Amino acid sequence: MQKTLKKYFLVFILPTLLAFSMAFIIPFILGVYLSFCEFTTVDNGKFNGIQNYINAFASGSGFLSSLGFTVKFVIVAIVLINVLAFGLALLLTKKIKGTNVFRTVFFMPNLIGGIVLGYTWQQMLNSVLLQHGTNLLAKSTYGYWGLILLMNWQMIGYMMIIYIAGLQNVPTDLLEAARIDGATNTQTLFKVTIPMVMPSITICTFLTLSNSFKLYDQNLALTAGAPSHQTEMVALNIVNTFYGRTGYSGVGQAKAVIFFILVAGVGLMQLLFTRKREVDQ
Amino acid sequence: MKKKLISTLLCVSMVATMLVGCGDKGDTPANDGNTDTTDDAGDDAEAGDDADAADDQGGSASAEGGKVYYLNFKPESDDTWQQIAAEYTELTGTEVKVVTAASGQYEATLTSEIVKEDAPTLFQINGPVGYNNWKDYCMDLKDTDYYSWLLDKSLAIEGEDGGVYGIPYVVEGYGIIYNQAIMDKYFATEGAKAASMDEINNFAKLKEVVEDMTAKKDELEIEGVFASTSLLPGEDWRWQTHLANLPVYYELKDKDVTDIDELEFTYADNYKNIFDLYINNSCSAPGTLTTMDVTSSMAEFALGQVAMVQNGNWGWGQINDVAGNTVTESDVKFLPIYTGVDGEENQGLCVGTENFYCVNSKASEADQAATIAFLEWLYSSAEGKNHVTNDLGFIAPFNTFEDSEKPTDPLAQEVLRYMEDSSKTSVSWNFTIFPSQSFKDDFGFALGDYCNGSKTWDDVVETVKTRWAEEKAATTAE
Repeated sequence: MQKTLKKYFLVFILPTLLAFSMAFIIPFILGVYLSFCEFTTVDNGKFNGIQNYINAFASGSGFLSSLGFTVKFVIVAIVLINVLAFGLALLLTKKIKGTNVFRTVFFMPNLIGGIVLGYTWQQMLNSVLLQHGTNLLAKSTYGYWGLILLMNWQMIGYMMIIYIAGLQNVPTDLLEAARIDGATNTQTLFKVTIPMVMPSITICTFLTLSNSFKLYDQNLALTAGAPSHQTEMVALNIVNTFYGRTGYSGVGQAKAVIFFILVAGVGLMQLLFTRKREVDQ
Repeated sequence: MKKKLISTLLCVSMVATMLVGCGDKGDTPANDGNTDTTDDAGDDAEAGDDADAADDQGGSASAEGGKVYYLNFKPESDDTWQQIAAEYTELTGTEVKVVTAASGQYEATLTSEIVKEDAPTLFQINGPVGYNNWKDYCMDLKDTDYYSWLLDKSLAIEGEDGGVYGIPYVVEGYGIIYNQAIMDKYFATEGAKAASMDEINNFAKLKEVVEDMTAKKDELEIEGVFASTSLLPGEDWRWQTHLANLPVYYELKDKDVTDIDELEFTYADNYKNIFDLYINNSCSAPGTLTTMDVTSSMAEFALGQVAMVQNGNWGWGQINDVAGNTVTESDVKFLPIYTGVDGEENQGLCVGTENFYCVNSKASEADQAATIAFLEWLYSSAEGKNHVTNDLGFIAPFNTFEDSEKPTDPLAQEVLRYMEDSSKTSVSWNFTIFPSQSFKDDFGFALGDYCNGSKTWDDVVETVKTRWAEEKAATTAE
């Protein structure tokens, strides 16, 4: 069996490999190449060295300030989403009536597209803020907390489902043993449950991290960077660079490459960090 | 064993069909190029001849073999374009495909479409700045009949080599649209500051009237004089582009130049005049303007809640199509945008274009010929012209159009009236030289901050000046 598998390895992997290279590897390589070019379309790139990378960090390109805003957003979003999702998951694994209904309801927002969500929340937040004679785009703090609120609303349900799956897999004999040994609820939670659901925590932090970093639709629809680019996240900044000025698509591309390296780096570090804390059952 | 063999065979055949499927697509369009390499060396001459013959055929049959693919810019006229395409195909057999880019996504759509095998043969650019970006894809149209029909040749986009690469296909005008019925009601009130619209021919008078109207808004049954100054990001083009055209127009005129690296914004106060008038006499408070979009301000006008709105003749559809519309066709009129510049009594509407047709220089000759034939049909045949004036509502700047073949919607009529009035000087569209989208966006942001009270007017002026200089430097540095 092992031998046959090896023999036909290529045959089985080929379709996926082809699709993967067409949809991912080739565009990626092309993208990296274009970040060293000045181009209008992918066909007519002219090599111009690292000029794009220099321009990406030039003052007024807004890359660093949008990166700062993104980092501020990501930290708060990760903590809030995971804590709230875990709390909900704990609640909904207790034997409460209508657990399934609640689970479905909390999961629903995740099925709505980001643009729609952005506009919906924009209307809702504005209708509240307008009562107080101001609006979402008046101050960057409004936009910031608006984005956090939106992301929480959207992501908590999804993360909750993952945590629920994790919690259901915590062996009951362990919990029982803890109870017999006289552990309090808090002790059980921190010494038994959380270490046991560490794999779920790894997945959830990774998902929230990468999704918050790469956030685009919601950002575009909710504030589009107003006031004056102060709520502009990196992905939006890249797109604005790409289309904002003639001849700057290469700079946008360079920023995208830097952004990719950054997100990949942070994501890997986080994976290593949380993996270490996982325990074998 | 047999089972295993069969399943393996199935797998292989599945993959094979997939590969063949993919290969096919890539092969056909590249046929010409392949001929030489696949044939034996000895047949080279023959193969070359064959290819030539094929080319000749394509050339002589021109429109026959070619296809037209138009990437349309105006979402509001998508239905009309589909209809035109179908009609032309029926008439001549030439395949015409029209795809419409989503609002605000034209550049992005064009960027991805133009590298495809089946690329647009006809697309549009927005002026010299757009030409700079797309010059590799624009074909010289100097020798076409279509260009020869153009009334004002200076409107076309010329390259450095003297070729003509973009031809305007529509002339548009904008100003302050007002509702005659509400104005008449005001003129009839006691102590009205003017007796008719003719008296309003400068900023001072306009301000006097508007402020008096605001004071009497209950009596006039309106919520404000002006519709909301929409400043939601992406909805702010009426201010950062159209209204900003006026100060730039006057500054360029004073300096007698057509482009400028550093804008002094000498007419900033004039811009502030009219902008403040808009936001302080509107149906929406200044602090709410960054939540407003263009559609809602056009609706406010259509529903009779306000007396005036700044927009162009393309806005007629938006006024006319609003459900519960209370504005009658004969009451919709244009007023030039007065900003308090000396001698503005003779100023007309802002008339110009930022829509230029370009033919894809990388398309096959047959496709190019078909595309030009399509354009010439559209702008010279009776059916085509009918579509242009009545369905698309374009004021076409070509000599193939008789006086009787002008659009009949009230705003287009008004634009024509102002253009024909020799006592008025039209303001040309100079925002085609605005350095970049980034500049416009930042200007819009600054205006939003000004309305929200987080920026002073001086900050706005500073933003305009520095961003103009920065963006001009960044886009022309190469």
